[in-house]
Amino acid sequence: MSTRLTKGGRLIDRGAAQDFTFNGTKMRGYRGDTLAAALLANDQMLVGRSFKYHRPRGIVASGAEEPNALVNLGAGARFEPNARATTTELFAGLEARSQNHWPSLDYDIGVVNNYAARVLPAGFYYKTFIHPRPFWKHVFEPIIRKSAGLGQAPTEGDADRYEQLYAFCDVLIVGGGIAGLQAALSAGSAGARVIVVEQSAHWGGRAPVDGVEIGGKLAEDWIDATVQALEKMENVTLRLRTMGAGVYDHGYVLAHERIADHTPGDGRPRHRLWRIRAGCVITATGTIERPLSFAGNDVPGVMLASAVRDYVVNYAVSPGDRTVIVTNNDDAYRTAIALHEAGLGVPVVVDARATATGALPKMARALGIRVETGTAIAKVHGGKRVTGVALCAQAGEGNAVTEEVACEAVAMSGGWSPVVHLWSHCGGKLTWDEAGAMFRPDANRAPTSHDGAAFVIAAGAANGQLLAKATLKDGEGAGRAAAAQMGHGSKPAKLPKVAVAEENPLEPIWVMPQGAGVRLRAKMWLDYQNDVKVSDVQLAAREGYESVEHAKRYTTLGMATDQGKLSNINGLAILAEARDAPIPQVGTTTFRPPYTPISMGSIAGEARGETFQPIRRTAIHEWHAARGAYWEPVGLWRRPYCYPWGGESHAQAVDREVKTVRQAVGLLDASTLGKIVVKGPDAGRFLDMLYTNMMSNLKVGKCRYGLMCNENGFLMDDGVVARLDNETFLCHTTSGGADRIHAWMEDWLQCEWWDWKVYTANLTEQYAQIAIVGPKARRVLEKLGGMDVSREGLPFMDWREGDLGGIRARVFRISFSGELSYEIAVPTSKGLALWERLMEAGDAFSITPYGTEALHVMRAEKGFIMIGDETDGTVIPQDLGLGWAISKKKDDYLGKRAQERIEMTRESRWKLVGLETLAGAVLPEGAYALGEGTNENGQKRTIGRVTSTYHSPTLGRGIAMGLIEHGPERMGEVVSFAGGQGGTIDAKIVSPVFYDPDGEK
Amino acid sequence: MSEAISALQGAAFEGYVRVSEAGLRGMISLRGDLSAAKVKAAVKKVTGLAIPDQRQIVFAGEKGLGWMSPDELLVLVPYDDAGATVEALQVALAGVHHLTRDVSDARAIFRVEGDRAREVLAKLSPTDLHPDRFREGELRRTRLAQVPAAFWIEDGGITVVAFRSVAQYVFDLLKTSAEPGGEVNLW
Repeated sequence: MSTRLTKGGRLIDRGAAQDFTFNGTKMRGYRGDTLAAALLANDQMLVGRSFKYHRPRGIVASGAEEPNALVNLGAGARFEPNARATTTELFAGLEARSQNHWPSLDYDIGVVNNYAARVLPAGFYYKTFIHPRPFWKHVFEPIIRKSAGLGQAPTEGDADRYEQLYAFCDVLIVGGGIAGLQAALSAGSAGARVIVVEQSAHWGGRAPVDGVEIGGKLAEDWIDATVQALEKMENVTLRLRTMGAGVYDHGYVLAHERIADHTPGDGRPRHRLWRIRAGCVITATGTIERPLSFAGNDVPGVMLASAVRDYVVNYAVSPGDRTVIVTNNDDAYRTAIALHEAGLGVPVVVDARATATGALPKMARALGIRVETGTAIAKVHGGKRVTGVALCAQAGEGNAVTEEVACEAVAMSGGWSPVVHLWSHCGGKLTWDEAGAMFRPDANRAPTSHDGAAFVIAAGAANGQLLAKATLKDGEGAGRAAAAQMGHGSKPAKLPKVAVAEENPLEPIWVMPQGAGVRLRAKMWLDYQNDVKVSDVQLAAREGYESVEHAKRYTTLGMATDQGKLSNINGLAILAEARDAPIPQVGTTTFRPPYTPISMGSIAGEARGETFQPIRRTAIHEWHAARGAYWEPVGLWRRPYCYPWGGESHAQAVDREVKTVRQAVGLLDASTLGKIVVKGPDAGRFLDMLYTNMMSNLKVGKCRYGLMCNENGFLMDDGVVARLDNETFLCHTTSGGADRIHAWMEDWLQCEWWDWKVYTANLTEQYAQIAIVGPKARRVLEKLGGMDVSREGLPFMDWREGDLGGIRARVFRISFSGELSYEIAVPTSKGLALWERLMEAGDAFSITPYGTEALHVMRAEKGFIMIGDETDGTVIPQDLGLGWAISKKKDDYLGKRAQERIEMTRESRWKLVGLETLAGAVLPEGAYALGEGTNENGQKRTIGRVTSTYHSPTLGRGIAMGLIEHGPERMGEVVSFAGGQGGTIDAKIVSPVFYDPDGEK
Repeated sequence: MSEAISALQGAAFEGYVRVSEAGLRGMISLRGDLSAAKVKAAVKKVTGLAIPDQRQIVFAGEKGLGWMSPDELLVLVPYDDAGATVEALQVALAGVHHLTRDVSDARAIFRVEGDRAREVLAKLSPTDLHPDRFREGELRRTRLAQVPAAFWIEDGGITVVAFRSVAQYVFDLLKTSAEPGGEVNLW
């Protein structure tokens, strides 16, 4: 059984016991434990079930590469699935549950898949998709859905907050092992601005566990001293629990800081996403140990040799009384020695190599540890935990078992792979290192920035410099080079002496034993998380999946949340062998960010709740809110749709508002309308180009309605233009169009007509604008007092400046409803004051505030078009009967040429008409008009569609506008519209002006 | 006369830095050829200030002048002086092609004050706020999360300007970022 040792554990604080639960069982660990260490200390070997076959799985690793120990962590609003136990710091009260099992971890029904492995081969999904087709929907999918999936989805909103931070530096160092720290020391001393991020809660990486000595002292002492020195440097920022997640173009790097994962609810943000712009990035990300492929290498208790060493040295956790070591290299002997020093048994070191004569094997033998060379594990015994191993010759087929060894754990090492992920994210290439049997960064093909210069430097073990002596030196070189690249040159630092045991070369072992038959190969796991075996990759190769990317997708190798950190190299070595091709020719799959999953919360950052999205508010917003306005989003603005009173429905409120405005007077908050000032000697010429009609001849004091089209002739915006003085125009745009039209103007002025003397300013927010509309509007203004608003003093389509109720205002006599109407613009900071005065003055006239829906109904009654309703980006003014607003006198305007194209002048274009339903009903929004016969696809031919449709309170019936083929020539004809549910609604084609067609108002 | 009111009427939040809405301030947008002698002279005459260099802002008493773009200046005056200043500028620039407009009411102004004011903005704006990089005298046009904004150092704190319609959003952003517990301790 795995248990806590009575002594040791460099990272734990035995004085601080912390209780936690796993699947409801109370357990105890210490501060400094990872959840994985604490689980092992409580003999929890079995931590989950595999994805496909539901095989029992235990902890394999001690860091970010762990594929098995994923748990449901926390509860309620702090629940998170797929938390990696090896990187989860223990805290008192932690609740963890194993996942991917049913009904319980110990007794799982899905394990039957294990026996059905033969019917779930590689490419199962693809094969099943093909035939028999009905089986997929009715048989396979329901079963697969039940067995698939890791973890559970949270059911509550997240209780924590998250934030982002923009950071800048000359040199960003990812990884706080000895290479990263030395790089920081070098770059920092040279004067560069440095940020160092380390994903774990401790500096120093593997060196302290591996017995490295630096400068005649323990590595730990050097690490402490170096961190202290770095902390004193003002130009260096050190950050623990922060993982370099991804490297992007131009030195942009995302780093994920886990601030309060281990102190939940302490008021700090849970995670912080660092958005770093670095001049140069050093990836000192270390290495990951590779598993060996032998039968039963997934039985709980089979672990990476380095992980076993970590648990013993860092956490004083014994994986069991007897641990068999299996290796193809010298490094794993460190685990044998560490176990021996901790007083634990190592029955045998199984070394696949023919000889083991390096310093470490010698040391192990000297300690009395038995070493068997040329030997392999034929099979691991045990189901939910290891009970023993059968040994055989590595050179054989595994049928001749030479020895049975009882043990509780197996520590395996297949060599090391540099962590090249961040190097590769932005295009860094790799080279195959024969001696180390590993891919390492190729410095000659580094990721390059905008100027073609390399901006990522790999350092230390991540650069293939695995021995501590070389690691430190490489870190120093990288730090100095990065700083120099950023203009901070320095001389090489004198490095302390590094003492570490020399190692003999490893021997690449991809299958153990070498000639293992299919029965054994089908129990050799490559990808623990996605249940991919050696036999699956070989099958893929036989079926023609030669490209590593195809084989990956076919087998799902490396496609789980661990992204194949343990399985990739082993898998592609198997593929290479099956294809009889050298490994570098097979290549690797693509490394993509993030390095390990980062939280969705950190990606959202502050963008949730109130700050999910900016909401634009007018000066009168709070007044509307206090009156119970029902909001309509218009761009990012919120505009009142209507103001329901008492128990009114929205439809009733709109009816009341329309009637009140038509019979008395109403107020509309029109502040959201775009207001762009255009000024200069060429302003008139400029507007003549932008609008389809003539603006340059507009008289000062007058207003004119205008249309704007894009270069393709399509109508894009409309509004009223007022001439303020000889050189100055004020252009009103739609509410949603203000920013777009302002940018459109600047685009033409800056890129095309840069020599025209015109300046623009978007003054949309400078003014609150209030429309006062209805037959009694003038009387309200007169009651308020101030400027002359009489028919003569302020005629239709004129504007004047003056005082209204003591507030300086600009008043436009324009109407979008067919009623007597004034639009009053005042500085925003006085908008609410004016609104309240108008409401007060209007009280005697039954004034009502009205919303956008009443506005829409009234403009439709009057036959006015609305951008976005009557237009959809394919409609030209001529389609809408707006030919009158297109100047025949002008040589040119934006869209003119496009409007002369054959498609635009085609007789049969759908054109605007009014629609009156025969029975008075309201036509459905967007309904199509049905024609005779069918189109080329055999569908019913359509001859038009509804663009706006409302119930008109004024007329007491449904009214609509629509675009109909030859519409204006078909007045009085009846057309059928699709009415939903297969029915049709008949409507008569009429003029779009339903209300006051002669403009008598 | 009615009292002019700012968007949030002085709302404030005491976090690990102080965030407050600063009320109304006169702001004038002046567009013109900033290299023209007549423009330089007119601006100097009205504000007493020389046109600042690229991305800079200068102050003299209650007046300020900020470089917004190669053809745009931001003129800062007390709120009640904005109208008169616009008129004075228009008179001084008579005959010169330019556009001068009062934009005081189109803006909301915030103050971010405290030792760690810089890092509160660094959470929202892709700006290098290191004390050596973002110094007094710089006017930074940038964004805060999803909206445009500008800021500069003034009176020992940071003045932030945004559009008035999103005042509440900007205040909420600053408030969230200044929430105790969120200290980064960068500089």
